[in-house]
Amino acid sequence: MHVPDGFLDAPTSVGTAVVAAGVVAASLRRARHELGDRAAPLAGLVAVFVFAAQLLNFPVGAGTSGHLVGAALAAVLVGPATATLCLTVVLAVQALLFADGGISALGTNILLMGVVAVWVGWGAFRLALRVLPRRRSSVPLAAGTGAFVSVPVAALAFVGLYAVGGVAPIPIGALAVAMGGWHVVIGLGEALITFLAVSSILAARPDLVHGARGHLPPLELRVPEASR
Amino acid sequence: MSAPTRPEPAATGRRTPVSTRAVVGVGLLVTLLLAGVLSFYASSHPDGLSAVAARLGFDTTARESVTAGSPLAGYRVADIGDARLSGGLAGLLGVVVVGAVMAGLVLLLRRRPASGGRTAPGAPSAPSTDPDA
Repeated sequence: MHVPDGFLDAPTSVGTAVVAAGVVAASLRRARHELGDRAAPLAGLVAVFVFAAQLLNFPVGAGTSGHLVGAALAAVLVGPATATLCLTVVLAVQALLFADGGISALGTNILLMGVVAVWVGWGAFRLALRVLPRRRSSVPLAAGTGAFVSVPVAALAFVGLYAVGGVAPIPIGALAVAMGGWHVVIGLGEALITFLAVSSILAARPDLVHGARGHLPPLELRVPEASR
Repeated sequence: MSAPTRPEPAATGRRTPVSTRAVVGVGLLVTLLLAGVLSFYASSHPDGLSAVAARLGFDTTARESVTAGSPLAGYRVADIGDARLSGGLAGLLGVVVVGAVMAGLVLLLRRRPASGGRTAPGAPSAPSTDPDA
């Protein structure tokens, strides 16, 4: 979903960059509270995993592909503010080093994938957790739900930006249908990868999953008879 | 918040807790495999946005990025002809750069007290209170 230079006009690009910069600045402050001793190494892993996974386009039919955005995955694993920072680093490196996503569109891309997808994914995850039964297996399901919702909503956010500052005169309704439709399908892939990744970390170390805190049933301390 | 910093001893003897280092290590291995090897097998079809842009005809306004001349543009290392090697190497380099930038950011954020609003790196304003310096 990387927006290239030239899709949106200059005022819209500048506007999205200003908003993105503001959210990133706020995330820098908020992330301090998310980055405890346990989360710190995981934040680095999440950033590199998202970068690597974004290289892997999967086909979704009719000559179209999609790839993981990783926003909901990052938010569930390390918290939404840190997730914004992870996506920002990934998107900046992609634009500056690999010419993937425009430079003038970097703010737009950070806003769409690093802010909208992160917070929509996180919000949908939290909602799903409330509805699902209070047990460990609900966490990856809720994460997959957040991931699934985050992709089409970010795509529709792009449509909104295009309605404001799109360069070409495109019928916005048709754009919304096409973007929403394709990104619902891509969202299924996003949900599956997110479900699997969160399940893996949760199975090994549930305490490392930021979004699972306060949701898992309390740990039971069992003391072997012999040590009494 | 009251959780112990060291892994819980396997009281029942049924499960050994996995160390954070092991989790990150396995995750890194998977990441390197994705970026260095499996990326070659990624679909080369345009992604959702590019495909929609082409179909609705607004792809023509896209401008080439100013970084299109980068030796790593398009996830290929310039001057390496072999697609598998060129793409794999570019992916691995990207992982190294993203990892280094993110690790630096995390270290910076964790060193500064949460009360201070300034984030200027290396500012010698306050005496170091880092206990494990």
